[in-house]
Amino acid sequence: MLKIRNLDSGYGRLKVLRKVSMHIAPGEIVTIIGANGAGKTTLLNTIAGLLRAREGEIIFDNRDISRLPAEKVVFLGCSLVPEGRQVFASMTVKENLLLGGYIRQRRERKGAMKAGIEKVYGLFPILMEREKQLAGTLSGGEQQMLAIGRSLMAQPRLVMMDEPSMGLAPLIVKNIFSIIVRLREEGNTVLLVEQNAKASLAIADRGYVLETGRIVLQGTSEELLMNKDVQRAYLGRDLDVEMKI
Amino acid sequence: MYWEQEYECMDREGLQQLQLERLQANLHRVYLNVPFYRRKFDAKGIDPDDFTSLRDIERLPFTTKDDLRDNYPYGLFAVPLREVVRIHASSGTTGMSTVVGYTKNDIKTWSNLVARVLSAGGITKDDVVQIAFNYGLFTGGLGIHYGAERVGASVIPISSGNTRRQIKIMQDFKTTALICTPSYSLLIADALKEAGVNINSLSLKYGLFGAEPWSERMRQEIQERLKIVATDNYGLSEVMGPGVAGECLERQGLHVNEDHFLVEVVDPETLRPVPVGEVGELVVTTLTKEAFPVIRFRTRDLTRFITEPCPCGRTLVKMGRVMGRTDDMLIVRGVNVFPSQIEAILFDIEGTEPHYQIMVEREGNLDDATVLIEVSESIFFDEMKKQNEFVDLIKRRLASELGISVEVKLVERKTLERAEGKAKRVIDKRKY
Repeated sequence: MLKIRNLDSGYGRLKVLRKVSMHIAPGEIVTIIGANGAGKTTLLNTIAGLLRAREGEIIFDNRDISRLPAEKVVFLGCSLVPEGRQVFASMTVKENLLLGGYIRQRRERKGAMKAGIEKVYGLFPILMEREKQLAGTLSGGEQQMLAIGRSLMAQPRLVMMDEPSMGLAPLIVKNIFSIIVRLREEGNTVLLVEQNAKASLAIADRGYVLETGRIVLQGTSEELLMNKDVQRAYLGRDLDVEMKI
Repeated sequence: MYWEQEYECMDREGLQQLQLERLQANLHRVYLNVPFYRRKFDAKGIDPDDFTSLRDIERLPFTTKDDLRDNYPYGLFAVPLREVVRIHASSGTTGMSTVVGYTKNDIKTWSNLVARVLSAGGITKDDVVQIAFNYGLFTGGLGIHYGAERVGASVIPISSGNTRRQIKIMQDFKTTALICTPSYSLLIADALKEAGVNINSLSLKYGLFGAEPWSERMRQEIQERLKIVATDNYGLSEVMGPGVAGECLERQGLHVNEDHFLVEVVDPETLRPVPVGEVGELVVTTLTKEAFPVIRFRTRDLTRFITEPCPCGRTLVKMGRVMGRTDDMLIVRGVNVFPSQIEAILFDIEGTEPHYQIMVEREGNLDDATVLIEVSESIFFDEMKKQNEFVDLIKRRLASELGISVEVKLVERKTLERAEGKAKRVIDKRKY
């Protein structure tokens, strides 16, 4: 579904991604794990068209999208749930959702938007209760649900999520992750960027480890969970301490 | 039967994407963790960040058996020893042994790839698998063992040797699949014949053979004498062990597990890639190994790629059976001679046994090659004239095939050293 080859990207003179190659097959949950500053968000923003790729290819359904603007990328079926939710705080929940479907609005038959909103409410009943509330008054978990719901309004086939667990209580994180699994069960493909490697590897099929803009490891989630470097760096297991005990 | 259809039958583009991803990640890790490779890359001005296509592999330096020896024992490991759960050493057929290690993940990958090869060769969980490879430091025994358990077969870890016991167990345990070197399977066939065992009374169905070069003729003989389907498989400890490549039941070449190994065939002299389909030296780069990755390892094994689609449906490229080793490739009076060529000729001639040795000596400045061949006893009872005619026939055939004349000497059965491990085919007495 998505194939990336030798992607270079960055900000101004700062080169962040170096020759990143990765792929996602339809129906997969693929996670990208890495420390702060490794380039995870840069990668998602580049795929989404928010950042211009300097070199390399991003093939989405046999089409190179690396030079396309963000709205075209969304229209082709690839949407982003940005880091830190970025909901429109002074608009209501419903207005936020309608904005998510904006790109489809003119082309879809009447009622499509309504059906889309109902689908989102089905996934997140709490959003229906808060329908008329301003998004800025929602809790962090609810805002995350709204951000996911908003991205679904564009009817994506690939949903990219940037740190959905950030700043959320463990119970809420669990809830969000079970929603991700459900999205996949409903036929979506998910690219999940996370610092919470343990949680994301638990639900992902495969993963890539990004370090200083390079992919240094890839494999099935099981393989990555068993890899000692991953355990040491991302799963909080300090082997040196363990050895001494 | 497929073991991992999604990889074994992957479309070419998907496979190349996967190979590129894995190669890039692997090069970064190797560069970071193995000083030997970092020095080599730096000396050539190679930055792992520059790799954008699989073809870039051709810019990388080769790794040889000598490099492995120079870094004996742990110098090329890419992880600390505490992450290594298994250590093997190569058999050292041609010199000092080399040491390789495996992480937990490596063992899992290895078992899985061997399971692929075994499944392709007909093995299922219903089989009783007799592993007559040497266990221990040699990767053959334990490598196959883990893969056979992964398939779910009933595994008999009998190891090599004690041929009478092999036969007893084969009969009593109702072995359905025999796994060993091809030469040892013929030794077992000999012993079965001597013991007067009716082959039909055995349960044998499949044989998977590897660890030494063999010929199509030898396959036919093994298949006929043991009444099994015999497939070839390939691997070497420096790269992983068994599980690198294996034949499917079509028996038209060995499918290489390309999602884990990037393979090239190069001219052993110029080290340039040979045109697809031509014979050269196999060079392997591991794509997923954690503890002991190798970059462009020169296997010394001579083979060729077979790119025609395989009727079995696997899309993994095939390599032809290994024709010999570049070390075994004798240069006699300037002509390249492979033991496998001699073997093929001998199989064609009635009365000869598949046991032979090539001895090369040098008198003055001239090489003299003598082929010692075991023959069935009846030949010796015959009159001298007939025996001479027989020798002449073999000489003529060899001369026309090899392009040089060689001496031929007939010896009685069982006079040549019999191998329970690997057959010794070449004795080079020349001093350089």
